Amino acid sequence: MNLLWLQASGCGGCTMSLLCAEDPDVFDSLQDAGIETLWHPAFSASSGAEVRGLLEQIEQGKIALDLFCVEGAIARGPRGTGRFQMLSGTGRSMMDWVTALAPRARHVVAVGSCAAFGGVTTAGDNPSDAAGLQYEGAHDGGILPVGFRDQTGLPVINVAGCPTHPGWVLETLMLLAEGTLGADGLDSFARPRFYADHLVHHGCSKNEFYEYKASATALSELGCMMEHLGCVGTQAVGDCNIRPWNGSGSCTSGGYPCINCTAPEFENPRHSFTQTPKIAGIPVGLPTDMPKAWFMALASLSKAATPHRLAHNATSDRLDVPPGVRKPRS
Amino acid sequence: MSNARLVVGPFNRVEGDLEVHLDIADGAVTSARVNAPLYRGFERMLEGRDPRDALTITPRICGICSISQSAAAARALAAAMGLAPTPQGARVAGLIHAVENVCDHLTHFYLFFMPDFARPVYSARPWHRQVVERFTAMQGSGARNAVTARAKLMHILGLLAGKWPHTLAIQPGGVTRRPSAAERVRIRSDLRGFRRFLENELFGAPVEEFIALTAQDKALDWGRGDAGLFLRLAGDLDLAQMGKGAGRYLSFGAYPGPEGHGFAPGLWQNEALRAPDTDAIVEDVSHAWMLGAPSHPSQGQTEPDLDMRDTAYSWCKAPRMGGQPMECGAFARQLIDGHPLARDMAAQGGGVLARVAARLLEIARTQLLMEDMAHGIDPDASFMQRADLPRDGQGVGLVEAARGALGHWLRIENGRIASYQIIAPTTWNFSPRDAAGTPGPLEAALVGAPVAAGEDTPIAVQHIVRSFDPCMVCTVH
Repeated sequence: MNLLWLQASGCGGCTMSLLCAEDPDVFDSLQDAGIETLWHPAFSASSGAEVRGLLEQIEQGKIALDLFCVEGAIARGPRGTGRFQMLSGTGRSMMDWVTALAPRARHVVAVGSCAAFGGVTTAGDNPSDAAGLQYEGAHDGGILPVGFRDQTGLPVINVAGCPTHPGWVLETLMLLAEGTLGADGLDSFARPRFYADHLVHHGCSKNEFYEYKASATALSELGCMMEHLGCVGTQAVGDCNIRPWNGSGSCTSGGYPCINCTAPEFENPRHSFTQTPKIAGIPVGLPTDMPKAWFMALASLSKAATPHRLAHNATSDRLDVPPGVRKPRS
Repeated sequence: MSNARLVVGPFNRVEGDLEVHLDIADGAVTSARVNAPLYRGFERMLEGRDPRDALTITPRICGICSISQSAAAARALAAAMGLAPTPQGARVAGLIHAVENVCDHLTHFYLFFMPDFARPVYSARPWHRQVVERFTAMQGSGARNAVTARAKLMHILGLLAGKWPHTLAIQPGGVTRRPSAAERVRIRSDLRGFRRFLENELFGAPVEEFIALTAQDKALDWGRGDAGLFLRLAGDLDLAQMGKGAGRYLSFGAYPGPEGHGFAPGLWQNEALRAPDTDAIVEDVSHAWMLGAPSHPSQGQTEPDLDMRDTAYSWCKAPRMGGQPMECGAFARQLIDGHPLARDMAAQGGGVLARVAARLLEIARTQLLMEDMAHGIDPDASFMQRADLPRDGQGVGLVEAARGALGHWLRIENGRIASYQIIAPTTWNFSPRDAAGTPGPLEAALVGAPVAAGEDTPIAVQHIVRSFDPCMVCTVH
């Protein structure tokens, strides 16, 4: 299979994250999966005229394209022209190129939340009038219509995340290369289920604090960040705390909240990212699939039962109180 | 060769979108115009938001300078809050930032800059076979090993910053995560592993030996490791004479701490050093698709010209200090910090060789800084200082990204961001002309670049452009 990667209106961070793949690295992973890179803007040798020639040949169907990866949202402004991003050297907008090339590809992969939904590029009042490939925020239909399907019947595959974990991108590409990612492997936002069927909460190192509602009150404290610090890991999809980032990390292990970067419209939460919105002292966003009354009942019960160790450590920046150690019964 | 015009693009192995327009006569570039063809409007997105949101939004300007943007935002907020990070918080924030900067230099050297010398156009050169083996895009053994070493060094970021890019770990008062004593030694172990890569592959010698170089001619004879391979071909192709700078350099100073900067701030002009005057910065929009008057960033605005008028040619504004364009980056930093090798290279024109060799020098020197920062972590100390945001206020955050001077200018009114202006390193380096017609640093450096008959993407132009290590997504933001 061959692969073409274009960077649209984004930060390039998903490519940079991809370079953090380890054992094997990104180049071995692609090569071993039989994926040949026709062109990638950060990795490939060719520049200028050679690239223009390649793009034209793909557009004309002279080169059959298998995997078309787009990183970044697509700028539609100003006034619908797409000229906020011209693909340099071609005199044509990125919007024009992506709509021309997508139907030519066996599979279209939106790499990152910008390409999937618009993402941070559309934050605030969306100054460049950008959109995702097949979604505009949570709404169906982006640059490509709602009904767009690739040559195998799949929609645009949304490897959402800001940035994407290198494993999410590589495993998606490897599954596609193998022919084993079908519609049933995608969730309702067309995100690969192998990572989107997990919650960021799963495996979070702060889970015990969560169980007892022992909350951090400020960044750098160890407690659960859901009650006060804006963490939405109980609602956000992603296996971030199951497979580590950069060796051993995750947002919550780094001491800052999950901001739900795999979801459409995460960029405009309507409150500060690091502060939990509350009504009458109760957080607005609670776990999605749990009855609210039960959650409240459990929370008040567990708060009442919080061990001193957790209550103390939750508002400290270090584990002051270790777990009790019991000798085996003799 | 008669007069000709060339448009070079897509210009890859630079971060983001770049298009270069060239006028050519008699086999050389006579005039260049540099276009940053992507506008996203980050400064506008921030208006009206909670000021703390800048810490989430601005890193996402750029996936390669993400932590630099974090650090600048944190410092702008801290200034508005009248807050300073705790000494240990500043130390860990500095370490996080240094790891990103070194990784960026490594990515630039192995993945962005060197693959051009593996092109067939150089197949007759005596070093070509070796360059092909080490630096062929996506295949070279050096490139592969560098990607692995970079990923492993970034384990420090997994630990201290949760992930890279796009961390929220750097805050106005310090960092969100206190490293434990065991984590401190793990970080030191990661750094020893990285030193091994540098000494076995990049320098072929202890980093201290490379740092001890004092003169350009001695550097060209280095002869060891991948650095030696670059320096050998740089001598052969006379890269010192290619893409010379204008002799004006700016640094805001890197890794500030209680004991001063890791690399000092300054302004180098007329072969003399003085303090940079940030009050003398003006952003000109005469050749940018932006509306408004030239202004200091504290008074600046970002109003795109939706008509994209014909007299402009880039989304990038043209920052000037005291009316002059400034070059920034690793070479500027090392020169301003007073390293003798950088000073000697400046005396000889500051071309492609100087920019790339200074980046290698900075990798070596930053390794020592990182080792020192990690060694000095005190897990018993406090890593975060707290304060409330003011209802009204302003602040400036000045840092050194891998590519040079980065500034955030913030104004808060009624508890919300009223204005946020950013000048990124490549905004300086790749600025378009100003109202006086003075070209930006790259535009000036490209004049005189040789263009062989039949070249549609001139190789010398590629070397010069990439020697700046541009980050175009930061440029316009």
